[in-house]
Amino acid sequence: MCSTCGCGEGEVRINDIPLHDHEHSHDHDHGDYHHTHRHVHAHDHGHAHHCGHGHHHHDHPSLSEASRMVEIERNLLERNDAVAQENRRLFQDRALFVLNLVSSPGSGKTSLLVKTVEVLKKDWACTVIEGDQQTQNDAERIRATGVPSVQINTGKGCHLDARMVRKAMDNLSSLSRGLLFIENVGNLVCPAAFDLGEAHKVAILSVTEGTDKPQKYPDMFHEADVMLINKIDLLPYVDFDVEQAINYARQVNPAIKVMRVSVTTGEGMDEWCDWLIACAEKACQVRDNDIDALRKRVADLEALLKQQ
Amino acid sequence: MHEMSLAKSMYEIVEETARKNNARKVKSVQFELGALSHAEPDALSFAFEVVAHGTIAEGARFEIIRIPGKAWCVPCGRTVDLPRLGAPCPECGGHQLAVTQGDEMRIASIEII
Repeated sequence: MCSTCGCGEGEVRINDIPLHDHEHSHDHDHGDYHHTHRHVHAHDHGHAHHCGHGHHHHDHPSLSEASRMVEIERNLLERNDAVAQENRRLFQDRALFVLNLVSSPGSGKTSLLVKTVEVLKKDWACTVIEGDQQTQNDAERIRATGVPSVQINTGKGCHLDARMVRKAMDNLSSLSRGLLFIENVGNLVCPAAFDLGEAHKVAILSVTEGTDKPQKYPDMFHEADVMLINKIDLLPYVDFDVEQAINYARQVNPAIKVMRVSVTTGEGMDEWCDWLIACAEKACQVRDNDIDALRKRVADLEALLKQQ
Repeated sequence: MHEMSLAKSMYEIVEETARKNNARKVKSVQFELGALSHAEPDALSFAFEVVAHGTIAEGARFEIIRIPGKAWCVPCGRTVDLPRLGAPCPECGGHQLAVTQGDEMRIASIEII
């Protein structure tokens, strides 16, 4: 966390290079507040009475001035959402199908991604943005498959935000017409609030966790469009009720798409990869249609100019 | 503790508004928080206090206006109360619900001098 303001940005690193560009101000401008102390308080305690030491409770002349209300009506996430929209446009322009993978730590996200890119890389450009508090371990596991990966280290931060992903994209300028997987920090709470510009959030729930995870962490399962139930090869050994878990997820999100997979045995991987390919093909098709429409518009305008 | 990130965003909006209005001090912040939103009121209130420390908004009263959750129930064909995500429709007991209100995290206004 940034030691100056506690903003959680101080230790963010992308491929081990610090991100801290600190767009926000640490301008601790106390304004005229100090200079309104024209009279002397009858304070017996011997410390100098600086701003912030309980003046709010005194009937102080400077604070008894008429106050005014200023209407704001602004969304707290407006900045993140604006950058997420920029990311979304960038992804569309590059015909990228982008997923934001969210789960508890240990659900098998990275293993799933390793297996997934091994299957897809023959025919598709794949890239992974890895989010963890510390270490390059996950990016290195992805790179070992020959697929490029960018590691974001959030330091003390508990989630990725849209700006971190935008910065990570600076390292991926040649990426187009393919799939980008963003593996969020292992955390079923905080990443729910932050749009990164992805097409879908995918929540991964492994059968070694509790059946009631979707009830316990409804925000995440409400935000996700897809739930992957992972490690299904372990079902004979654990007390996990797949149908009940799906019921719980549908209680918070009736439209959630569910797939069951085992990275270890490969069961369900075909369905998962087929879905990914269909989505990636669609992203390319949408982009091709956009380009065709633009070409037609340019041709129409050129024809119009020739008539002038 | 994503409330710290949210509080930082809140401070930026508060500070920007206060500055544009030539405020010397922010006395209070009115904040609309939906019952189904991604933030916990006490954590957010505490985080704002920490972020605002030593700024124009230090000590500002933090007033949370709770907005109740509402959802459109598909089988019932009408809007119903939804106290939390995953709760059933109070009319039919089903879960075919689409949230229509309650995910707000919005700064309504600030009081300045």
